[in-house]
Amino acid sequence: MTQELIVHGAEWTEKLLYVYPNEYIYWSIQIVMYPYMTGLVAGAFVLSSLYHVFGQKDLREMARFSLVFSLALLPVAMMPLMLHLQQPLRGIYVMFTPHFTSAIAAFGIVFSTYAAIVLTEIWFVYREYFVQQTIALQGKEGLAHRSKRVLYHILTLGAYNTDPAAIAKDKKAVKIMAAIGIPVAGFLHGYAGFIFGSVKANALWMSPLMPVIFIMSAVVSGIALCMLTYIIIMEWKKLKATLAKGRGDESVIDIRGAEMDVISKTARYLMMFLVAAISLEILDLIFRGYTAMKSWDILRSVMFDADFFKIFILQYGLGNALPFIMLLLPGLTIRRTAVALVLVLFGVFMMRWNVVIGGQAFSLSFEGFMHYHLPIIPHDMETFKEGLFGALTVAATPFILFWGLNKILPTLTIGNR
Amino acid sequence: MSCSRRKLLKSAMTATLAASLPISAFRFLSPAECRAATGTEGTRWVFLIDTNKCVGCGFCVKACKKENEIPYDAPVTRTWVERYVVTEDRKTHIDSPMGGRDGFIDPKIRGEELVDPENIAKTFFVPKLCNQCDNPPCVQVCPVGATYQTGDGVTLVDREWCIGCGYCIMACPYGVRFFHPVHRVADKCTFCYHLISKGRQTACVDACPFGARRIGNLLDQDDPVTRIIMTERVAVLKDEYGTKPQAFYLGLDRNVR
Amino acid sequence: MKNHVLRPLWIVLAVIILILTARHFMVPNNFGVHGEGFTYNFHRLSNVEEWRNFKVKYQGREYCRDCHDANVESSAGSKHGAIQCENCHGPAIDHPDDPETLDIDTGRELCLRCHAALPYPDNPRARIISIDGDLHNPDTDCIECHDPHNPDLEEG
Repeated sequence: MTQELIVHGAEWTEKLLYVYPNEYIYWSIQIVMYPYMTGLVAGAFVLSSLYHVFGQKDLREMARFSLVFSLALLPVAMMPLMLHLQQPLRGIYVMFTPHFTSAIAAFGIVFSTYAAIVLTEIWFVYREYFVQQTIALQGKEGLAHRSKRVLYHILTLGAYNTDPAAIAKDKKAVKIMAAIGIPVAGFLHGYAGFIFGSVKANALWMSPLMPVIFIMSAVVSGIALCMLTYIIIMEWKKLKATLAKGRGDESVIDIRGAEMDVISKTARYLMMFLVAAISLEILDLIFRGYTAMKSWDILRSVMFDADFFKIFILQYGLGNALPFIMLLLPGLTIRRTAVALVLVLFGVFMMRWNVVIGGQAFSLSFEGFMHYHLPIIPHDMETFKEGLFGALTVAATPFILFWGLNKILPTLTIGNR
Repeated sequence: MSCSRRKLLKSAMTATLAASLPISAFRFLSPAECRAATGTEGTRWVFLIDTNKCVGCGFCVKACKKENEIPYDAPVTRTWVERYVVTEDRKTHIDSPMGGRDGFIDPKIRGEELVDPENIAKTFFVPKLCNQCDNPPCVQVCPVGATYQTGDGVTLVDREWCIGCGYCIMACPYGVRFFHPVHRVADKCTFCYHLISKGRQTACVDACPFGARRIGNLLDQDDPVTRIIMTERVAVLKDEYGTKPQAFYLGLDRNVR
Repeated sequence: MKNHVLRPLWIVLAVIILILTARHFMVPNNFGVHGEGFTYNFHRLSNVEEWRNFKVKYQGREYCRDCHDANVESSAGSKHGAIQCENCHGPAIDHPDDPETLDIDTGRELCLRCHAALPYPDNPRARIISIDGDLHNPDTDCIECHDPHNPDLEEG
């Protein structure tokens, strides 16, 4: 009998010394992507809420942008989970028979609550636009126009009232949804940390600080991504203005001034959260070393030997310390900020990697190690899903979705009106 | 400004309430009807392993794999045997080639490390299998209720309902769980539930020629296994995790992981 | 069009109803808490029965005795008496119907499981007569000289 045998994890796990027979790196690259992507979702949403809830006028354009972007990121937070499930078609069972003593069980509910909030907020933001489009497309010939009109017609949900009272109601609803969304976004991510922190069998993961560390680094990566996109948009606008009116034009100088102002303000928040995240991580490390429980010997050898480069050079050095100094040094420029932000995003990714993969780098027997070899060239579904290309697919999806969503929900043109 | 802050706090409160609402709503809906006990009344299956008797022949692993349809050549297994060689320099050498499926024929540890016979202080073989914990962390973390404890204390996996997230594999401190290479769902030792329910012994107990493995009912005072657990000095693995393991060991060394 | 603000809420409610309806049809009705509590006993009840009905492969010595009475008697009284027939002859399953002939393991490796010499004087293994597999007639099957059903060296 020839059955297809796939020992999950055997493909990319290399065992050293004594590792239990059934131990493999079962949670691989997609579980690194999952908290990373949810962190970005939460960050993007929080940024849009800054405008809607706290009325940060200068973020008006940014707010629409990041709101639609967080919608594009939404399915991507779920994608890595689906890709790592051995039975992806049964994923819906989490909604059908949730076993609430499991940290994962809440995912379906928290995630859909959050999705509902984002979609509702977008509906209120864009309702007026939907109505305008339905009217504008009326009577236009051609299949494209007609189908587009039908789409907008459906999207209005039959609410055509655009008098000032109704629009005011929309605005109020947006504010409420944005306010509700902030704690839900925080919860969505904090409990991702709980999923890891509550695994008592794993010496590296088990820590009550884990959820807090996860939220802090999520906010860091979220702010960094939004700042980076903000810089790209402003640079784009600046370029357009320069091309239209010339370098020395007042509008160009205005844009530059406004951009620098927002960036230097936001950078301060970024550094605050960065300090908080690093402090917690260092505290965790010091405690483990000082209390030196049974697991310390193996943890120490993972951290200071096998994974030293990944933890102390890539994550703390290149991803935390260097951008921190870059942002702190006087005479901050846009270019230097952009480089620092890319490094911060990389640092948070490495932190996720070192937690997820690092937590499986040693055996439960404390007598052996496991090395992870990321599958690069896929030769079956498994090595695609849980390999470099699977991860790249996940990383690319939000941008493709965002491009598609922009056809229906324009985020930039509307601001230029 | 202060007014809007109050508003924010208010809406944040509403948000928290709104977020928790669907969770509680679902809890009510979980069907709690038909609360019939699943196992036999008055049975609590436990295991007793005498490491003083094990010679590392691996017949138990072979029988387990064939009885329970675990692909024979896959490196995963529901039960396995570990070899411990402690040397005079207080080093412990451990291995379990193919889970001990073919026994231990080679004196080399992991097929590479030859321990000087003159230097050996003590040696022993330790069979491992699911501890069928009283507080199984693997069951606690299953998000869909696909793994559970029966009334007679055995933790089983529902192959029709497991989504394959691997959380249970991560949660087990003993490393007894794995993904079944064919069914692609979490798999683990069932104490041969199909055999013990018919009044038989598990496949590994039957296959052991040395009586190193025994299964018994802890709630039966006259069960010889229960008598040993009650009257002799038995140990369990990794007590510190609070899992209350129900596989008891005789002659367990401190080096055993 | 009195209050359009609640429209998204109706959609959310519709989705929830949809999921609950799907749940009603897709979740087996014996899914629930069967036993002491939600933490450890939340499952599909019929799965217990499914595991009880798992196909038995190893039938045990008594099953063999029904037909192979003499062989069972003689080997049970030998030094290999503690070894189950199926350890070497393979699981009976539904033998003699399926499989009709068993896949009997007669290889050296099988014997070496117990009889390969390991330098472990304190180990229970030291009580078993052992050989060095590489030196003791390495190219010959053990059963050519030794009778596995009556392995006594003095008698042989």
